[in-house]
Amino acid sequence: MATLSVRAEVARRGPAGGTFALEVDTTFAPGVTCIMGPSGAGKSTLLGVIAGLVTPGRGRVALGDEVWLDTDQRRRVPVHKRHVAYLFQSLALFPHLNAIHNVEYSMPRGTPRRERHARAHALLERLGVAHLAHRRPRTFSGGEAQRVALARALAMAPRVILLDEPFSALDRALKIPLIALVRELALEAGVPTLAVTHSIGEARALADRVIQIAGGRVAADGGPDQLLPARVAYRDDRADERALEITPAPILTRR
Amino acid sequence: MIPWPGVDWDPLFLSLEAATIATLVAGIVGIGLGALLAWPRMIARDLLDAILAAPMVMPPTVLGYYVLVAVGRKSFVGTAWRDLFGTDLTFTFTGVVLAASLGAFPMIVKAARTAFQGVDPTLVAAARTLGAGPVRAFLTVSIPLAAPGLIAGLMLGFARGLGDFGVTLMIAGDIPGETQSAPLAIYDHVQAGREHDAAVMSIVLTVGAVAILYLVNRLARPGAEA
Repeated sequence: MATLSVRAEVARRGPAGGTFALEVDTTFAPGVTCIMGPSGAGKSTLLGVIAGLVTPGRGRVALGDEVWLDTDQRRRVPVHKRHVAYLFQSLALFPHLNAIHNVEYSMPRGTPRRERHARAHALLERLGVAHLAHRRPRTFSGGEAQRVALARALAMAPRVILLDEPFSALDRALKIPLIALVRELALEAGVPTLAVTHSIGEARALADRVIQIAGGRVAADGGPDQLLPARVAYRDDRADERALEITPAPILTRR
Repeated sequence: MIPWPGVDWDPLFLSLEAATIATLVAGIVGIGLGALLAWPRMIARDLLDAILAAPMVMPPTVLGYYVLVAVGRKSFVGTAWRDLFGTDLTFTFTGVVLAASLGAFPMIVKAARTAFQGVDPTLVAAARTLGAGPVRAFLTVSIPLAAPGLIAGLMLGFARGLGDFGVTLMIAGDIPGETQSAPLAIYDHVQAGREHDAAVMSIVLTVGAVAILYLVNRLARPGAEA
């Protein structure tokens, strides 16, 4: 399975007016990597660069031998040809389409309609939301919307999976089974999977590897056992988020 | 014909026909330009917006004068049009359509810009990551989500085109049966002292305008779906 390599230098104007920069050079093997770090550190920008939604000033993104972006050679594969499943924080389900049409949207257009429908239905069933097939997103609960969005992201047979704070809107009871399911689906897909999270509990349950980004740079990189404190689990999500925001250094050692 | 003793309805039908064609023409161009103005990377957005909206605030005579210079009989465009289609652009029914289009166009552009700017950019980005090229994302996500605003703009444009007086008079004249639209007919009725005809036609246009604005307000209500 192909490894994703990313080297990027992004300079953009931050929301407060100052310049914000991301400077990374790393690779992602198949498996789940959790991207952690304080708000505004550049986590979502990194996902944007991989998906092709953000074009870095300088950089190179490649999946195996296939080069998606090379600013030196002026090469850029457009977003829609990368087959990157991107689960947005807001989920971005199409409000004008019902669940099954949302899922079908990402399937190749040559697929016969009946087959598309059957596959979409099977995916919704796998994620436990087949009963929503003909309903529109505004009627979904948070957990239901999450599952439909996951089904849609997986329907395209992704080559990379990007999850931007996939569980932030869910309460604990919904989170635990969904985290297990996401890990299972990501490993099944066998592709590089990046999940942005603020929660150490989530990262412990999901990740094969953890990267901390701070100030636009990789501040720490290693296995979850190496980098994450063992005792913090689901019991106190708020507390571990606080710990990360306020004192990242004692928890995550610099390389 | 509508059974209303003594009233000639031809100008109204001419106006309806011209406004319908004008809405189609100005709709296609106006929605496209509205999308361009809403595009985040558009350069000189406010200048282009001002130029496109200018017909709304310019005196009709000024606008009509420019059109006469640009596409009149002796102009390059006017001559080319005559060579191609054998008719003139000005002082014909085409001139009425052109005048109505100029009235409708800025309203459609404004409404389309606002409608497209109201579409959550994350939804468009999501469509792109899901394999849609820019055109498919535009047609299947931006257009449907902007639809209530786009339809409202088209309706306003239609109403504006239907009611045009000044530009129509300048570039199409007031030829009964050929270029005389309903507003021009009302002017003629008043000039000739045909009070009854002027009143009936005015009431019909007023009812039409109020009905359109009522529908536009309903479409503009939050949560409205096309």
